[in-house]
Amino acid sequence: MSILKPDFIKPVAIGAVIFAALAFLPSLVDSYYMSLAISVVSFAVLATAWSMFSGPTRYISLATVVFFGIGAYTVAVLGEVLAFPLVLLCAGLAGTVVALLVGFSTLRLAGVYFVIFTFGLTELVRQVVSWYEVNVTREMGRYVFLDITQNDIYWQLLALFAVLLLTGFVLGRSRLGFALRIIGEDETVAKHCGIDVTRVKVALFVLSALFMTLTGAIIAPRWTYIDPVIAFNPMLSFQVVIMALLGGPRRLLGPLLGVIPLTLLFEVLTASFPNHFSILLGCVFMVIVYLLPGGVVGLYEKYRAPKKRTLSTDTETTRKSEEKTA
Amino acid sequence: MLSYAILSGITLGGMYALVAMGLTLQYGVSRIMNLAYGELVIVASFIAFVFMTTLGINPIVGLLIIIPLSFALNWAIYRILLTPLVARAKNRGMLEVDSILATFGLLFIVQGVLLVWFGGNYYSYDFMNDAVDVFGAAIAANRLVALGFAVVIGLGFYLILTRTRIGTALRAVAVDPTSARLVAIDVNFASCFAFALGGAVAAVGGVLVSMFLTFSTSMGVVFTMKALIVVIMGGVGNLLGALIAGLILGVAESLVATYVDPGLTIAVTYVIFLLVLLIKPSGLFGRAAS
Repeated sequence: MSILKPDFIKPVAIGAVIFAALAFLPSLVDSYYMSLAISVVSFAVLATAWSMFSGPTRYISLATVVFFGIGAYTVAVLGEVLAFPLVLLCAGLAGTVVALLVGFSTLRLAGVYFVIFTFGLTELVRQVVSWYEVNVTREMGRYVFLDITQNDIYWQLLALFAVLLLTGFVLGRSRLGFALRIIGEDETVAKHCGIDVTRVKVALFVLSALFMTLTGAIIAPRWTYIDPVIAFNPMLSFQVVIMALLGGPRRLLGPLLGVIPLTLLFEVLTASFPNHFSILLGCVFMVIVYLLPGGVVGLYEKYRAPKKRTLSTDTETTRKSEEKTA
Repeated sequence: MLSYAILSGITLGGMYALVAMGLTLQYGVSRIMNLAYGELVIVASFIAFVFMTTLGINPIVGLLIIIPLSFALNWAIYRILLTPLVARAKNRGMLEVDSILATFGLLFIVQGVLLVWFGGNYYSYDFMNDAVDVFGAAIAANRLVALGFAVVIGLGFYLILTRTRIGTALRAVAVDPTSARLVAIDVNFASCFAFALGGAVAAVGGVLVSMFLTFSTSMGVVFTMKALIVVIMGGVGNLLGALIAGLILGVAESLVATYVDPGLTIAVTYVIFLLVLLIKPSGLFGRAAS
């Protein structure tokens, strides 16, 4: 790993300056724009974390909200019992355990099992939490009264996003990141290179889930009231996937390009067409899947670097011939 | 109590098996992983509801209209929405990813439309709700009728696949699309036909389920999930496997709902799914994964 080399220091330094500048946002704008900024940063963390795993591996996770909701619910349950940093720690632990369970049971199989498992996971977790609340604790819905202001939430999310980007940046240059890219290109080749495919995938999935869980935990005080239907709303998983796809999940900063325009669009849509939100969202999603399969980043690369395409068509032809022999 | 639980489990399992048969056709032959599948089931339930309550057409007669309608609708979905994806996919993995994403978008559109028209409430209607005595258990007549139809339609479906020319073509495409082309099978047509047929089966499932279960606009996801689990458990493309897996799921759910807690049925589904994934991911009757 090339720490302390100019090509490492320069981007990190630029990033640090930008984040330091963003930290002053609360003193510049009013509370409406702060709440918008919180949405943008939280979606930025979620979409980037999603892409960190799903981008290189092409395993589509539809369970973002499961981890987000676990984080939020942990705060609702423990928020008044423990100090906030300890609550975050517990949330992180809970998210990690669930991610490990999901990862080890599905990631050693073909990608489609993983998609199916995550597709229904939201429904499972929501029903189990509801059942637990109704039958064991006998209270449905909880109030979160914590002494945390909107600005605190913003700063925490911003810090989380900075850590995530740094992690992603370091990861891209580490052995783990390299192994992940090989797996994404061709899993059989990766196995032959001596990569423990399952372990790499699970490690990345857990890491990405951890960031999603923490986002949910940090943002929970904003809601004041949480019940399973609010915390585990499948719409969120859907939004995150759209944003990451629009931006381009295969680059570290790609998802951010999708997050900013779509968060603003969703803000307008929820305000103007609250009843037709889901339909419009579905249409936006279809447009992106059909017209922009590689995202904005993919479009940019396609027009800028025609050289790279020969390389990718090469691997595709080899894959095709492999399929025929298999 | 026990005989009631098992009987209602069998009717429920019969529905799951039927619905899963359609999905195994769509995934096995057309290679489309359709996450909007359960929405099609629910749409059919709502159409049956509207037929029964406002037009006075009973669901059995309604099937005669709904089956061709859903066949045509799914044909159109495949031709308009999925053909571009099939054309641009370079391999099976890419088509899988693209179809997952496209049908995921479709899911939210269909759900949104249903939500605008019907809202989030639970619906049901009254059709042949008299109790019939079977082995000492009083069971609603509509359940038995639904089960009867599921058996008849499932059987007809099985015969189409195994005894007719087009059925043989479909099975050939399921085994290997490239070789199927070599023996003059129109793979595009076969895929489209299989997708439409699968959609029609989903609609039948939706109508039959609506006769004895309450349903809501948000239930599609659960149906998709259960159908997928049954398909995986039975082995992709295996109709007999889907039948047995569906019955196992239905009976297990019914037993848990009767003896433990109705709120935990989805947990049972997942436990079964997990066990299959951990022990035999290729399905109960599937060959070992290559």
